[in-house]
Amino acid sequence: MGGKILLEKINIPGIETFDIYRKSGGYSAVEKALKTMTPAEVVEEVRKSGLRGRGGAGFPTGMKWGFIDRKSEKPHYLICNADESEPGTFKDRYLMEHLPHLLIEGMICSAFALEAKTAYIYIRGEFKYLIGILNKALSEAYANGFLGKNILGTSYCLDIYVHPGAGAYICGEETALIESLEGKRGNPRLKPPFPAFFGLYSCPTVVNNVETLAAVTSILNMGGDFYSKLGNGKSTGTKLISACGNINKPGVYEIEMGITVEDFIYSEKYCGGIKGGKNLKAVVPGGSSVPVLPAQLILKTASGQPRLMTYESLAEGGFETGTMLGSGGFIVYDEDQCMVRNTMSFARFYHHESCGQCSPCREGTGWQERLLYRIEHGLGRAKDIDLLADISKHIEGNTICPLGDAAAWPVSSAIRHFRNEFEFHIEHPEIVKNISHGNIDKYRK
Amino acid sequence: MLRLTIDNITVEVEEGTTILNAARKIGGKIVPPAMCYYSKLKGSGGKCRTCLVKIANTSEMDPRPIPKLVPSCSTLVQNGMVVENTISEQVLKERKAITEFLLINHPLDCPVCDQAGECDLQNLSYEHGLEETRYEEERREFAPIDIGEKIKLHMNRCILCYRCVYTAEQIINERVHGVLYRGDKAEISTFVENFVENDFSGNIIDVCPVGALTDRTFRFKSRVWFTNPMDAHRNCEKCSGKVALWMFGDDVYRVTGRKDKYNEVEEFICNECRFEKKKTSDWIIEGPRKINRTSVISQNHYEKLTKQSIINPTEGKTEQQE
Ligand SMILES: Cc1cc2nc3c(=O)[nH]c(=O)nc-3n(C[C@H](O)[C@H](O)[C@H](O)COP(=O)(O)O)c2cc1C
Ligand code: SF4
Ligand code: SF4
Ligand code: FES
Repeated sequence: MGGKILLEKINIPGIETFDIYRKSGGYSAVEKALKTMTPAEVVEEVRKSGLRGRGGAGFPTGMKWGFIDRKSEKPHYLICNADESEPGTFKDRYLMEHLPHLLIEGMICSAFALEAKTAYIYIRGEFKYLIGILNKALSEAYANGFLGKNILGTSYCLDIYVHPGAGAYICGEETALIESLEGKRGNPRLKPPFPAFFGLYSCPTVVNNVETLAAVTSILNMGGDFYSKLGNGKSTGTKLISACGNINKPGVYEIEMGITVEDFIYSEKYCGGIKGGKNLKAVVPGGSSVPVLPAQLILKTASGQPRLMTYESLAEGGFETGTMLGSGGFIVYDEDQCMVRNTMSFARFYHHESCGQCSPCREGTGWQERLLYRIEHGLGRAKDIDLLADISKHIEGNTICPLGDAAAWPVSSAIRHFRNEFEFHIEHPEIVKNISHGNIDKYRK
Repeated sequence: MLRLTIDNITVEVEEGTTILNAARKIGGKIVPPAMCYYSKLKGSGGKCRTCLVKIANTSEMDPRPIPKLVPSCSTLVQNGMVVENTISEQVLKERKAITEFLLINHPLDCPVCDQAGECDLQNLSYEHGLEETRYEEERREFAPIDIGEKIKLHMNRCILCYRCVYTAEQIINERVHGVLYRGDKAEISTFVENFVENDFSGNIIDVCPVGALTDRTFRFKSRVWFTNPMDAHRNCEKCSGKVALWMFGDDVYRVTGRKDKYNEVEEFICNECRFEKKKTSDWIIEGPRKINRTSVISQNHYEKLTKQSIINPTEGKTEQQE
């Protein structure tokens, strides 16, 4: 197939309206689910598809849904995580802008599977223009009997609300999101208990990414078995990749998982090669929090195999020589980019976004940024590189939520693979102080 | 009952007990330090990460180690669980790192801090601190403010344990202070200059593990180790009236709740007992308090502390006991 699934109809004019979406075959998954399937059968179909969460962690969606506490007498909730704030990741907003009904359709099917009567779209506050688009699409769905009471004449009822965040990356973490939705400060909760038992208003809750929920529509349309044959191994189906950096064609691409990284970067169909014909230096393939890899390791694994765009292949080699697919925020660096400067800017982001609850993240993220700032500005000392690596090591794994890890990985991986650039900064303060200095070999000549 | 082994000592506890409370049941050196957990405050814990321990064996059913360290204050015991605290190199190493994190933005102004001598952070640094700081960047700074007539807030010293927030939520019937902003810019503050005034607000001083919240009626009167703690009580309509008096000669310098060996108050006391009753005649004195085992004062650690120059590692300056 190799074609598009999620974005198949994106070029149909007016596809963001209910009428055109419906005429193009939209909402047939809802009809199928509500009229011919039980909730358990929908869960089973998603389990068979092998769909993995597209929010970053890649957790199997069917399994996550299986955890929900069905014995509980409390209401169940479905939350769509549309907080998309990770530097480099901008796929969900593309999907919501152009295909709002695809998301809503997926949410109706998913909420039905989870026996939830209320669902929320928690959307990043800065996406103001999307709130209107989503609300318009929701009201069309209500007007046409796909939301509200007794959908399609069945006994199933569902309301969906859009709730904007107030500008905090941490509210994309699912338990911080839940706190924020409850009207509290967006501090992540301790786990366990997990949201499947103790989520929104202490009720069983599932939080899924926008792309995950949209994919449920396709899965119900084509069948879980069919979907599971797309892709490669345990990385089934297609994935949206938001590509940016020094490439000829930045944008959002839907790929069938299993194409090679090299193909994705160089083929005309996708990124179209490095801008200005320069050399590739490094890639951060899954949003700012995943480890950066140098060109030779992103194109080929340490064992010499071509690296594929799959969860498994990108992770091959562990953190020593591998990275992660993450949320699919694919950032490409050409030979002139400074890895110290880039790491500093990531470190600044995580320092700014730490909620401040746990000491390693609250204190460690700031320390990282301040050290990197000094090194980048020619004020570094030889011992700073090891100190920096040590700090990130002690943040990692010691925090309440994964933001701590996300703050540590870009730093530890940059030092692991580009230590010579850090050393260059320390040895040549007069050079790095004033000018761009990405290509240290040029200066060494 | 569930069976748990910590540092090779086995104990039986009831279902629903945390590892930390199981360790406290054993007592002694194997008890992990807890800077944010407070047994009397629901929801507290999990934040400071000083109590992290290693699970070598999850349970009888699942005899596997957990790769990450877990916070003992908020992890429940499972039957057959094996925990390593002081015998794990990894735990000691991470605890050292966390102590360092807690200190990088700390002003280290013990010489002028009213909490010195009964400060959990001093105790922690004594046990787990580095000899020298590796932090040479700027420290965050806040001006001290009065939050209410009787309470001083030194935000510079705050470790954001959230204990005072939980106290306000659970003990004081109206919470008017909380955490503003994020990350290392987060600060404890009152909402819109709303002063903390309530019959039980003084308890936030007692729960604060550091010198961030101190008693303005005691400020700079004396170092705590020059005062004599006495158990005393009075008939009080608002609270149990059971307090600790901190006496200098015949004068009552300070009134606090009675703290146990983990520096937690046995009972919360009201502001009248704490701030208004400063005459010996207000109280029926029961006798001298046994000073708690873990405190720096009782262990006579000040001598040692000064030698290790932990009090002010940046400048190597030390506080001398006169
Ligand atoms: C700091 C942080 C930020 C996150 N931000 C997002 C986000 O913006 N969108 C998202 O879908 N998931 C985000 N996640 C992941 C969520 O916690 C959660 O795993 C995800 O929404 C689950 O959906 P999925 O199973 O469909 O991937 C974030 C996680 C962390 C730790
Ligand atoms: S890791 Fe950072 S963001 Fe996550 S809970 Fe701790 S302080 Fe907050
Ligand atoms: S002021 Fe004290 S009690 Fe309150 S959060 Fe800070 S350290 Fe904890
Ligand atoms: S006491 Fe357990 S994390 Fe603070």
